[in-house]
Amino acid sequence: MKPIDNRAWLLVLPVLVLVAFSAVVPLMTVVNYSVQDSFGSNEFFWNGIGWFDDLLHSERMWDALGRQILFSAIVLLIEVPLGILIALHMPRKGFWSSLCLVLMALPLLIPFNVVGTIWQIFGRVDIGLLGRAVAALGIDYNYTRDAIDAWVTIVVMDVWHWTSLIALLAYAGLRSIPQAYYQAAEIDQASRWAVFRFIELPKMRGVLVIAILLRFMDSFMIYTEPFVVTGGGPGNATTFLSIDLVKMALGQFDLGPAAAFSIMYFLVILLVSWAFYTVMTNLDREEGPR
Amino acid sequence: MARITLRNLAHSYLAQPRGEEEFALKELDHDWADGEAYALLGASGCGKTTLLNIISGLIRPSQGRILFDGHDVTDAPTAARNIAQVFQFPVVYDTLTVRDNLAFPLRNRGLPPAQVAARVQAVARMLGLEESLPRRARGLTADAKQKISLGRGMVRQDVNAILFDEPLTVIDPQMKWELRTQLKALHREFGHTMIYVTHDQTEALTFASRVVVMHEGRVVQIGTPQDLFERPAHTFVGYFIGSPGMNVLPARVEGDRAHLPGGAIPLGRGYAPLSGRTEIGIRPEFARLSATEGLPVAIRRVEDVGRHRIVRADLGGRPLDIVLPEGGPLGPDMTRVTFDPAHVGVFADGWRVEGEAAR
Repeated sequence: MKPIDNRAWLLVLPVLVLVAFSAVVPLMTVVNYSVQDSFGSNEFFWNGIGWFDDLLHSERMWDALGRQILFSAIVLLIEVPLGILIALHMPRKGFWSSLCLVLMALPLLIPFNVVGTIWQIFGRVDIGLLGRAVAALGIDYNYTRDAIDAWVTIVVMDVWHWTSLIALLAYAGLRSIPQAYYQAAEIDQASRWAVFRFIELPKMRGVLVIAILLRFMDSFMIYTEPFVVTGGGPGNATTFLSIDLVKMALGQFDLGPAAAFSIMYFLVILLVSWAFYTVMTNLDREEGPR
Repeated sequence: MARITLRNLAHSYLAQPRGEEEFALKELDHDWADGEAYALLGASGCGKTTLLNIISGLIRPSQGRILFDGHDVTDAPTAARNIAQVFQFPVVYDTLTVRDNLAFPLRNRGLPPAQVAARVQAVARMLGLEESLPRRARGLTADAKQKISLGRGMVRQDVNAILFDEPLTVIDPQMKWELRTQLKALHREFGHTMIYVTHDQTEALTFASRVVVMHEGRVVQIGTPQDLFERPAHTFVGYFIGSPGMNVLPARVEGDRAHLPGGAIPLGRGYAPLSGRTEIGIRPEFARLSATEGLPVAIRRVEDVGRHRIVRADLGGRPLDIVLPEGGPLGPDMTRVTFDPAHVGVFADGWRVEGEAAR
């Protein structure tokens, strides 16, 4: 039998300390705030689950959550098919393929607040190229006044910013398909749609699961770009969860409700991501060996 | 089913080939008889897959024509040629069931469902896939997947030819044997024209009734397994086929004698004066060790491979293999070798020269 030396556990200690300080302690601080009320001067009073209760009955929070879900849904529904479509039409090899890859990667390299600023200026009716052009077409467009215009601007911005990520991942998936599959499909007289449905899509599924998961989490937590473009307006039309949270925590300095909000926000993302991942991997297993 | 004719066919992967060496497939004329089982045999990179892909229409040849039963199909797409191809790595549609995989080519061609179901059932029975029909193709073993690829070809009753591109590479040795036997049985039963690409001589010789040997983009010999063994048309064929391969020795040929280092040997036939590089080829099976007659050799080592022993010897600085039949005598004094004159071939610049009957 091998000797067991429990002192080996000491080697894990640095990691434990690191994780404690980087994740556990801050999270517990937030938990601590979420069950207390403060009237300033660092005095705290026990409030139990009061803030959570308030939050669940807060119309403001439900509205923000609704907007958030709608935003993530729209963005995913546009970016995933569009990204796949772009990947299918990218050149397979040679100079043009390299050029495409570089061009596609560019939006991903731009800092978030710069993206916001670019579109903020781009869409302005007085000096922005897009704003002026749309106005010149006779369309009444103004993202600072009209809620729909603001949504369209933000969705288009997000699509511009992030479709590349899906396209690049899908492209990598497509490139890994051996040529023989396409040849066999040709011999079987498969239509273009059948090639996509029965060869390309199944082979891309692994990377698509990752891509969708990443895009869901990111879009659900979006803050910087819409904040720079619309500041959550007009009215509350583009006030997503994170924008609302910052307003609550830093604007109004309501630490207790903001902490409760943070915890719920975190749990929602965790829950949805976990559910999504579990469903996808279970599908995988069902199709695997029995 | 069809007779496939290749006329002046050649292919280069370059748009503007300069000179013959840039052709992956050198000019070739050949008729593939209807219903025959062929093997395309050659080392990796000799152009056999190129030739196969030209026949299936996945590659358009740089020059020449392809005819199916006399109809020119050079410019016809793969789908219009009505051929089936089985690839080196099993190609199956992962997310579909075995049944749907087999039905796929038929459904794409718009066959009525009842007919599709009947064909799928029949093919599954032939290949022993009946029990896995409702399963998804994804979780199956490599050989089962390869059977599905094969089945997708067989399911179309009217295919002109079935092409195999090293189909047993990823299959376990035991299953290899079984699948090959099954292929032969299917060929006997249905009489499809089959072309089977391989670099494994055992596979080629056991599967095919005619073997096409390729070397550096050129077809060097087409013949029955026996032809290839007894009368190789090129030293490459002699060397490539047989285990160990044919001994090739540089020699000076004069009439019906060949001069080798250490002496002259008789040939079965007489030869006119030859130009170029002359060699003689002798299979290890037709060389004999002797104590008293023949050319002196130095014996390096003896390998016992079970059925017989292989003697690795050295004749004037050139390696020479001799196959010793089971129980054949082998002693320290047996340091001379004789060749069976009837089985000594003469080659000029690599190609076989036919002699005239000895006077």
